[in-house]
Amino acid sequence: MCTTCGCGNGQTLIGGHALRQQRKLDGPMRFRSHDANADAPDVSTSRIVKLEQDLLAKNNGYAEANRRYLSAHGIFALNLMSSPGSGKTTLLVKTIAALNGTPPLAVIEGDQQTENDAARIRAAGAPAIQINTGKGCHLDAQMVGQAMQQLGLQDDSLLLIENVGNLVCPASFDLGEAHKVVILSVTEGEDKPLKYPDMFRAANMMLLNKCDLLPYLTFDADLAIEYARRINPALQVIRISATSGEGMPEWLEWIREGCRNAVAAKLEASLG
Amino acid sequence: MHEMSLAENVLQIIEDAAHQQGFTRVKTVWLEIGQLACVEQESLRFGFDVVTRGSIAEQARLEIIETAGQGRCEKCAQSFPLAALYEACPNCGSYDVKVTCGNGMRVKELEVE
Repeated sequence: MCTTCGCGNGQTLIGGHALRQQRKLDGPMRFRSHDANADAPDVSTSRIVKLEQDLLAKNNGYAEANRRYLSAHGIFALNLMSSPGSGKTTLLVKTIAALNGTPPLAVIEGDQQTENDAARIRAAGAPAIQINTGKGCHLDAQMVGQAMQQLGLQDDSLLLIENVGNLVCPASFDLGEAHKVVILSVTEGEDKPLKYPDMFRAANMMLLNKCDLLPYLTFDADLAIEYARRINPALQVIRISATSGEGMPEWLEWIREGCRNAVAAKLEASLG
Repeated sequence: MHEMSLAENVLQIIEDAAHQQGFTRVKTVWLEIGQLACVEQESLRFGFDVVTRGSIAEQARLEIIETAGQGRCEKCAQSFPLAALYEACPNCGSYDVKVTCGNGMRVKELEVE
């Protein structure tokens, strides 16, 4: 177990149930001993084994399986990422209320501890499942795949995945989503995109949140957007406030368009 | 600190290879980590030491080969060394830069017995 931040395996809970491991990483490995097997290679001789294997291959495999499932069912999935306290959950609650059941949606909530966020989402009227990563600092595709199974997703729906509040680690882990959405709030620094470039590079959409507070702050919104586009020139940006409703129509239309495209792609695939 | 997860992935790749190729001890592990791969090498070394305890890779030497970052400007098509994701093209100043090398992470090879 990491003593720097406490990351590690073994304490992940999905809707209160332990993550099913395909193979226990720390389980005892059984190998034939040299004496017991005359065919085994000479253990006194070192040899080089060439592997050339991607460290993220296992996660990417699960992510591709999630993506195939989602596209076969016309489900538009978004992976929402930010630092803690950027207003992700409030934004989700407002989004759920504004969409008002069209399209139907479900939420996967990622946090190290507590069911609080899933409870807030359920109170807003959407089915939600909480993944507690225990000491882990990000969601991975295997956790999300199992959460998707437990949720029982509707065809032609929207899946919102709220990642663990962290601007570093979640960037590296594909979950099978259609888009990564990064949320930056104006109570943070303008230069966060430069400080945490991987996240802003990985995202397709940036929501600049809490814009209703701009009159009270020295935050330069144009500069923050300029920095973000230095990292990722193709990044789409919406200035938004979950509190005042600014930018919400644009955000909701972007979601609806994604949902329509997901349904259209499903139909096209079934005909082709 | 996703380096702990990455270290677990390294061990899993090693254990899978051990099953397939029948080795029982790993003496050296060579990793290739891109300069732009968002990996803190010291954290990865720490994680590797922790997760390999009691495994066939316990006490294995970890060699990290850092591959240099490289970018290509989407505006002027110039290729150049890229040390950080926020760097502009040295030729035309555009930030529209595609990473062409140095963002991968691989287990390259093992010394086993």
